[in-house]
Parts: sequence; structure tokens; C-alpha cells
Amino acid sequence: MPPTVPTETPGLAAYADVTASNTTLRRFLHGLPGVDQVGAEARAASLGTRSIKTTAKAHAIELAITMVDLTTLEGQDTPGKVRALASKALRPDPSDPTCPSVAAVCVYGDLVGEVKQIVGDRVNVAAVATAFPSGRASLEVKLADTRDAVAAGADEIDMVIDRGAFLAGHYLQVFDEIVAVKEACRRADGSHAHLKVIFETGELQTYDNVRRASWLAMLAGTDFIKTSTGKVQPAATLPVTLVMLEAVRDFREATGVQIGVKPAGGIRTSKDAIKYLVMVNEVTGPDWLTPDWFRFGASTLLNDLLMQRTKLATGRYSGPDYFTLD
Amino acid sequence: MARVDVRKTYKLYIGGAFPRSESGHSFEVLDAKGRFLANAARATRKDARDAVAAARKAFPGWSGRTAYNRGQVVYRIAEVLETRRDQFVAELVRSEGTSAAKAGKYVDAAVDRLVWYAGWADKIAQVVGNQNPVAGPYFNLTSPEPTGVVAVVAPAGPLLGLVSVVAPIIVTGNTAVVVASQTHPLTAITLAEVMATSDLPGGVVNILTGPTAEIAPWLASHMDVNAIDLAGVTDAELATSLEVAAADNLKRVRRAPASEPDWLETPALAAMTDFLESKTVWHPIGV
Repeated sequence: MPPTVPTETPGLAAYADVTASNTTLRRFLHGLPGVDQVGAEARAASLGTRSIKTTAKAHAIELAITMVDLTTLEGQDTPGKVRALASKALRPDPSDPTCPSVAAVCVYGDLVGEVKQIVGDRVNVAAVATAFPSGRASLEVKLADTRDAVAAGADEIDMVIDRGAFLAGHYLQVFDEIVAVKEACRRADGSHAHLKVIFETGELQTYDNVRRASWLAMLAGTDFIKTSTGKVQPAATLPVTLVMLEAVRDFREATGVQIGVKPAGGIRTSKDAIKYLVMVNEVTGPDWLTPDWFRFGASTLLNDLLMQRTKLATGRYSGPDYFTLD
Repeated sequence: MARVDVRKTYKLYIGGAFPRSESGHSFEVLDAKGRFLANAARATRKDARDAVAAARKAFPGWSGRTAYNRGQVVYRIAEVLETRRDQFVAELVRSEGTSAAKAGKYVDAAVDRLVWYAGWADKIAQVVGNQNPVAGPYFNLTSPEPTGVVAVVAPAGPLLGLVSVVAPIIVTGNTAVVVASQTHPLTAITLAEVMATSDLPGGVVNILTGPTAEIAPWLASHMDVNAIDLAGVTDAELATSLEVAAADNLKRVRRAPASEPDWLETPALAAMTDFLESKTVWHPIGV
């Protein structure tokens, strides 16, 4: 844990009575301070106006590449396509050996083995599980889905919450589901696959709900909170990510436990990515500015980052002809 | 009370819209006698980048249209230009200091030039394409295909020169990013208003105004530009450096002319064929 954390934090145990029943959990979540919608949007917009140039830009682009979860989640994904994507994850720019690898490749659970064959342990493999993207299935099905992916070698599991239950106020059900999935992430040797919880913020209606969902998932023991599946519009936005970053910051202050954040969907340009990095730095501080604590769920973003990187290196604008179509 | 002047803001033309320069800068445009005429947007490399992105985006749709349809659109530009004849005559008189009669002649020639190229749209393939005799059981066809995104450094001739360079590029299915003449940029933007109301899809022609020597190198070195026309480059040193930069991705280059051609003359076919590539298909027969 980074040194900035106070040593006498109470940890998750202090919240045991909060999560004892749906009533206490509901009282706690609804007792969280409300989000000032106008203020959050204005703050996100003002952070987006920062001008990041030259060496700072080069650093930001390099960092952003290492934070990308290179994602393909289509019904038409073939083994060949995910193998190509896995190779790209290892060496995003084949013409430049100094270009770093991305953080992870994110695929459906049944394709984990294909990716694993290519990347081995050099890049993480993330699998979406729990009846992604809708999350509409029985708990047994969701847990089996998760165990399958973990057994296939997934390093990270991206689960979706049951938005229907959450919006209906059945918080404890959502909580218990996350706890159960986390348990299903356990491997035979006792280690855990990293768990990311997807809220699908586009369906949560309000920023207050995003804040509540963040606390709910963090109390349930997730390692990461993630905005969206990428299948619903709007996906990741700056204000939503701001609310989530505030939640992980406050959570670490309260419990000493650090949680990662992953905006996903709709981040397509280097400019957007840099806006997110500025926000991470301003809201949570530099502790989160590593691929261990902040990720981008994206596919097209990587090509734009590579084009910008090439532009900085060569001094001329690059074009999409020089990067893979994926 | 005296009526307040409504002065026109001359902006750029990118992707079918009229944005200000990304930098927010503008520069003074003077008339023939050196008096202030108007402020024009001073485009930067980022505007050039945006214009190339817009031209690239427009390329598949525009080149995918039938030649007949592209001809109709270019003819439409001629129609709209004709209805605004008086405005262009007045602008040319003001910016170039020529007589109204001479300006009128140039506007008429520009309209005629557009009509001429509109006619070529669905005929160029017959003239430069071919069915080739080959020694084998093959049906062998060559057809002219557009090169892609063409950067244009426009000649000083503010209307006829510009039209004579841009029309042959777009009528064959290319899209263009034009750096307007630095001394006469305003007519180019007024022409953009004609194009914006002529069924020409946004992004097919993009017009930047500003210092040629600052904008053109970014277009010449841009890896997503397929060809560059140096029609308006008068400085030999700049022309050489642009050609060198263009070599990076093997752009087609139309070299700077020794002196500005007489735009009133009937153009050569090369105006179109310089930015066409020949595609040859071998098709087996008798099987």
C-alpha cells in the first residue's frame, strides 16, 4: 500500500454491520452525500481544458498505452481475430520496439485460452463473465460462467451487476452476488483472479446511483470498478468517472483499501484519454496513475494513441493506413 | 440612426462546416491598392490535420458515387456560381483591382470550366480506360481510379485558377484539401459557400486560408495524404522542400509550374489524369 495512506485505518471490518441486511445497507448507501450534478459536470469540463504538450504529452500517451485493456466483445469474434488482437497487445507498434505493451486483452470467457496461447504471462487476459452484457441470468449460471473463465486462465474477471436489482433497491442481493463472484474467482492455489465490477452507468440514471453502486461494490470486495460494458449509450463519460474516482479516493481514506477504476466505451482519441489522466491526477492523485489502478477499456483508442505517438516521434502526421484494422 | 455595418467573418471550410481557425488567429487581407479589405482565418497545422481527416472521411462515399452523379454535383456548383455572378464580379474587382468587364469574363470562364469538367465525369473512363488485347484467354480491363486525398496549394488566380485546379481533382472522385491563395483568400471562401449549397458532400473540398509556407509542409509530410498539387507554389525552395517531404509516403506530386498558366485556355486532360491511378483486372474467359 502506498505510504500516503494513514496507518490506523479501520479496514473493511468496520463496515460489517452496514452490510448485515438490506435495510442497513440501504440506509448507508442513501446516507452518502448526494452528487452535485452541475458541479460534477462543470469540474469534469474544466479539467478537460488543460493543455498537455510536448514531453508531458509523450509521457501521457506512453502511460495511456500501458493502461489500455484492448477489448473485443462481439458476437462475430473468431479465434483468429482474438489471436491477432493478442499479438497487437504484446507489440502495439511492430515498427517500434520501444512501444510498450498494453495492460490486458479483454475478451469473452470462451476465448481466454486463445489469447493465453499468444500472450502467456506477458500481458493479462481479462474475461467478461456473469451473463455479460445484460447480467440477466441466475446466480448459478453467472458463477459457472466465472469459474469457466478463471479455469481457462483468465487473470481478470469483468462482471456486470444486476442493474434491475440495483434500481429496485435490492442492494443486498447485488452485494451478495459480487461477494459470490469474487469467491468464484478463487483459483486452486488460493490466489484470486482480479475482479472488476461493471455498473453500466448509462443505465443507472443518476450520479447518486453511481456513487452508491461504487460504494456497494467496494464494500463487497471488488478490486476495480468499471463504468460500462460498451454496449449501452452513453458509456464512459468524464463526470461519471469523476464520481467514481471520488468514491475510490474517499474509500481509501475511510478503509485504507485502494480500488482501481476503469472507464470503458466511448474513449476513442488520445485527447480524450489525456483528459481522463488529468482527472485521475487531480481527483485521486498520482497513486492511481499506473496500470494497476487505472485502465481504459477500449479498442479504437489504441490506434489513435499509436498515431499520436508516431507523430511525436517523427514530426509528421500519421495515417490509419499504417496501423491494423481491428 | 445610421445602420450598423454587418461585416462578414471569413472562416475556414472543413468537413462541410465553416469553423474558425483552431488557433483563433486571423490575418489582414488587403485589396489591390494595399487597403484593408477584411480579416481571414489564419489556419494552422491543426486545421490542416482536421481538414485531412474530413477529406479522408468523405472519400469512400464520394469516390463510390457513380461518375454520372459526380458530374451532376459539379454541374450544380456551376449553376449556383452562375446565380451569384454579380457577387463574384464585385469581389474580384475589389481584391484584384481589375475592371468589371475583365472580372466578368473570368467568372464566366469559371462557370464554363465547371460545366466542362462536369461533362468529363462519366467520359474520362472511356478515354483513358481500355480493354487491353492480351495473349491469353483473358478479358483484360483497365479503369482509372481516384488516388484519394489530394492536397492542393491553390494558384494566385482567385476564382478561375482555383476552380481549374480543384474541379478536375474532385470530378474523378478524389477529395481535396486546398490551401487558398495567400493574397486572395476571400474569393476561395465565397466559393466554399457556393460548394456548401451545391449538394457537394461535406469534406469533399476543404479550404484553408493562411500562410502557404506554414500550412503546406504539414500537408506534404502528412502520411494520410495521397497526392499533392503544387500549382500555386512560386518559391522554388519551398517547392523543393515540399517535394522532399512528399516522398516519405510516395505521394503523387504535380510539380509547381514555371509560371502561372493562362487559365482561360482549354485545360489538358492531365489535369484529371495526374490524380488517377490505373486499375487493371484480368478476367478469365472461355472457361
